[in-house]
Amino acid sequence: MRQQSAATRHGPIRVLIAKVGLDGHDRGAKVVVRFLRDAGMEVIYTGLHQTPTQVVQSAIQEDVDVVGLSFLSGAHIGLTRKVIEELKAQGVAEKPVVVGGTIVDDDIEPLKALGVAGVFPVGTPPPEVVDAIKRLGEQA
Amino acid sequence: MDNHSEQIVQEEERWGREKKVASLPPSRTEMGRDVKPVYTPADVKNTDYLRDLGFPGQYPFTRGVYPGMYRVTPWQMRLYSGFGTAEDTNKRWKFLLASGNNGVAVALDMPTQLGLDADHEMAEDEVGKLGAAVDTLADMEVMYDGLSLDKIVSSFNVNAVCPVILAMYVALAEKQGTPLTALSGTLANDLFCEYVSRGAYIFPPEASLRLQTDVLEYCTKNLPKFYPYNIRGIIMREAGASMVQEIAFTFANAIAYVQAGVDRGLAVDDFGPRLSFFFANGEEIFEEVAKYRAARRIWARLMKERFGATRPQAMLLRFTATARGSIYEPVEPENNIIRGAYSVLAAALGGAQGMLHPALDEPFAIPTERTALLALRTQQICAYETGITRTADPLGGSYYVEYLTNEIEADILREMKKIEEMGGAAKAIEAGYMQKRIADEAFKWEQERLTGDRPVVGVNKFRQEQSGRSKMEFHKFDPTARDRQVQRLRQAKRERDPEAVRRTLAALQDAARRPDVNLIPPLIDATNACATLGEMCDALKAVFGIFREPVVV
Repeated sequence: MRQQSAATRHGPIRVLIAKVGLDGHDRGAKVVVRFLRDAGMEVIYTGLHQTPTQVVQSAIQEDVDVVGLSFLSGAHIGLTRKVIEELKAQGVAEKPVVVGGTIVDDDIEPLKALGVAGVFPVGTPPPEVVDAIKRLGEQA
Repeated sequence: MDNHSEQIVQEEERWGREKKVASLPPSRTEMGRDVKPVYTPADVKNTDYLRDLGFPGQYPFTRGVYPGMYRVTPWQMRLYSGFGTAEDTNKRWKFLLASGNNGVAVALDMPTQLGLDADHEMAEDEVGKLGAAVDTLADMEVMYDGLSLDKIVSSFNVNAVCPVILAMYVALAEKQGTPLTALSGTLANDLFCEYVSRGAYIFPPEASLRLQTDVLEYCTKNLPKFYPYNIRGIIMREAGASMVQEIAFTFANAIAYVQAGVDRGLAVDDFGPRLSFFFANGEEIFEEVAKYRAARRIWARLMKERFGATRPQAMLLRFTATARGSIYEPVEPENNIIRGAYSVLAAALGGAQGMLHPALDEPFAIPTERTALLALRTQQICAYETGITRTADPLGGSYYVEYLTNEIEADILREMKKIEEMGGAAKAIEAGYMQKRIADEAFKWEQERLTGDRPVVGVNKFRQEQSGRSKMEFHKFDPTARDRQVQRLRQAKRERDPEAVRRTLAALQDAARRPDVNLIPPLIDATNACATLGEMCDALKAVFGIFREPVVV
């Protein structure tokens, strides 16, 4: 399943996958991490219980090209908004944010209105997620 | 089981040659075992009926934990439920009880499960989303308004804050004037699987074991009709674990908990009968049935031989089963009703004592009243219309099922031995072993789903062009829930006696520093003084510290 290494001008695409908030269901996040790594991207997985501030700090420290947030908690709109606001506050608003998990259709437009670059509800085939993140990363 | 095995084997070979059976497409179980096109008595010739199967309600309980099984009553039917504030949850519970659910399976929100009050910064977006918000005894009172504790069975999915919730339940019972001996219910009280797969932990493992054993000890002495453990395979199974891993990892955790009870000076014959389990199963009916039969036999032998139990009731694997919500799909979600129905059938044929059932909209949201009702009806139709409840272990004696039972038992024991050799569950978890195996399986599952090696109807098989996401009505989170909860919390804090709170929290902290003190009584005192759940947990955090996971992908 090795594809041609996904790369930016500066080397492999770097992605942060984060579990932000209190939810501890990490199966989806971990599976996405594996698919992204198989596609040649460098992935940092934060582990659980990250605050929006911690997510953005990691995104900056690790110099990632794309930030991915994973939710089963129903808290996706509130917490995504906080992450995006913090990215702006830290001067790195250009880092695209994508969101995955249990997200009802009605929440997709509100997330996009916040500035989310991609929404991947439960059931999205991982290769679709990989492709979308690859495209976002190549623009970085 | 021997019916001239050698002759049968010879005849099978002849049949195979004549009918060119070798050219049939191969088929494998989830365990990766090749499945023969047909099974015969020769495949189970070493099974001794009386030694290995016996009778339901009798050691080794392969055929069921009770003699009458579903003839007496079908399995207990519940739906995991709770959201918003205590009032919102109380209303939904009354609806579920009126439609025929036996008791309530309490869902608490994430802030509550993690020991945070509704006004905590990290709770802001999560209050009342995945369960009910409970901060003080007042919330418990409202949640159970109109529901008398001596008439209701309460099953709590609560782990890190289990001691606090138990304290609140006891305090509520005392307020209602209900004797503790009349209380029926279950507490999950299982931290190891949280460390592995669900993340709702607070304290480090040693402190968790102490708190779990405090709960066990208190219930064994004071709440004889309560199950102070509901040891969960479901968490790991839904994170991706195989059938074998689900049972092996659960039993490894259970061994640690039983040992902690024994080390505390409790008798296995006393608390053994109060242990319960919770597993998840999918639609592979025969394999899941075999899994449950093997699990009963393994547990019975374990309690008897390793822990020296002498009372048969101390050897019983009483368990709740649930259909695996993780196999439900967002495309053509009505198909999930059928997936759920087959899974209920598997659990019933497997002899579960209770079932929680995920509603068809599980991939999207928590249930609406309509989907909650459908979930209950799925169970009720199986129990009351199919006739499978007429006799115990109806699949017993099937050559295939007996063969599968033996094979999965061997696989489970092998995996359990591996964990023993690592030093037991705590060590395996510290080393990230369980987490890694589960992540690997989840990845493999996803790959199979993509390639079609794992058929999923409507998704990778028979997919329709227009198969989009269904236009369904989903449960909508009430945006006022958090504010209402915070208001009640603030009011409770205004009305209480701050000196009593300070005194009881200090006493709690003192007690926590002493490993020989059971923390439930000081928690009850703090609860009655209207200390909040967050305050009680902060007092314990100051003594025990918090756990940081080894990140394993």
